[in-house]
Amino acid sequence: MSANHDDHHQAPDGHGRALRLGIGGPVGSGKTALVAALCRSLGPSMRLGVVTNDIYTTEDADFLRRAGVIDADRILAVQTGCCPHTAIRDDIAANLDAVETLEERFGPLDLVIVESGGDNLTATFSRGLADRQIFVLDVSGGDKVPRKGGPGVTAADLLVVNKTDLAPMVGADLTVMSRDAAKVRDGKPVLFTSIREDKGAHSVAEWVVGIVDAWHHQHAHTV
Amino acid sequence: MHGDMAMLLLADSRLPAGGHAHSGGAEEAVRVGAITGPEDLARFLRGRLATAGVVTAALAAAACELGADPAQERWRRLDAEADARISSPAQRDASRTQGRLLVRTTRRIWPSEALDSLAAAVPDGAHHPVALGAAAAAAGCEPRQAALAAAYTSVTAPATAAVRLLGLDPVLVHRLLADLAPALNDAAHEACVIQADDWSSLPAHAAPALDLLAEQHLRTEVRLFVS
Repeated sequence: MSANHDDHHQAPDGHGRALRLGIGGPVGSGKTALVAALCRSLGPSMRLGVVTNDIYTTEDADFLRRAGVIDADRILAVQTGCCPHTAIRDDIAANLDAVETLEERFGPLDLVIVESGGDNLTATFSRGLADRQIFVLDVSGGDKVPRKGGPGVTAADLLVVNKTDLAPMVGADLTVMSRDAAKVRDGKPVLFTSIREDKGAHSVAEWVVGIVDAWHHQHAHTV
Repeated sequence: MHGDMAMLLLADSRLPAGGHAHSGGAEEAVRVGAITGPEDLARFLRGRLATAGVVTAALAAAACELGADPAQERWRRLDAEADARISSPAQRDASRTQGRLLVRTTRRIWPSEALDSLAAAVPDGAHHPVALGAAAAAAGCEPRQAALAAAYTSVTAPATAAVRLLGLDPVLVHRLLADLAPALNDAAHEACVIQADDWSSLPAHAAPALDLLAEQHLRTEVRLFVS
């Protein structure tokens, strides 16, 4: 199984629609904070939509709405029936429905972010749902996590290691994390962030701008 | 001809059509203490099959028959028959959501006039049993196979949800499902005795407890399942 979407030419209906970016990772690693940060950084220049996959009701969607970083109507919440990974990998119907609803209501959009419910290291997005994906870890999970790998860590288009501000407190060695991640990711990018200190997650936002530009270039709107 | 295989695919909980997020009232029944273990669950499933299961199966059978010679106006009428048989607004919403996702998925698996015309007739989502029957027709099923698939999923969804929510022994729960085999046949039989064009006489069994659970569920703060 690979989450690397180098063969996205096969993805259906790529033309005239927004890039779909999946953001996954374990519970508490900062996925929702990253989505909020990206909305802050990219909102002024991009037409955005957000789909959240909550474990309980609409917790993450509510957080984003309260944060006021994006028009509340542009956030849709999907419920996952105890199985967050099922909703982004094995049965993506509800998520596709939400993504297309946003595109119909507010389109054309530049970027639709799909945030997964917090899950384990094996959870990745189906390529039928996400064109690209980011996997978010945090340093407090321990600096061994990148070495352990798993499809999220090894195959995501971008690995984000968040909460670097906590590294000294939890005894996490960022050099070790960086070295191990590079080893298992075969050259794909890794970014270290502290979203608490950098509310716009600027390095990640810059990466996203790059993939959105490339997507537009490749799938120029024909409508 | 290919109806058996199609029926299995449609009844499989792995069909990627959003069904995994629905508990058929089981989540709320667990929350309020109506399902606490295998005995309660067995009663819940039996009751659900005899009420909502039969209604669902009959609508699916009628839709499967209509799918052989579809017309938008007739889809709207059958969908209205389904609407009239689901008294809880929460259940109506859940049914339409599942129907919309099922049509989205099955149109790609079995491209057909039956599903295209249903999607055009009820663009916001036909009721789930109507969509299931249309998909069954598109896939080459007979009405009885559509009824069986509908009745079957009406009990497997809450059974699976109860396993997840209560940590019940999954083998024991499958035994409960196996015990329902005669009741499942009866439900499919009852669903298929209706004559074509007499939709007003389709079964309309009420299940007030399920209606109340669905309405309460919508107002419960912490929910894992959509319904």
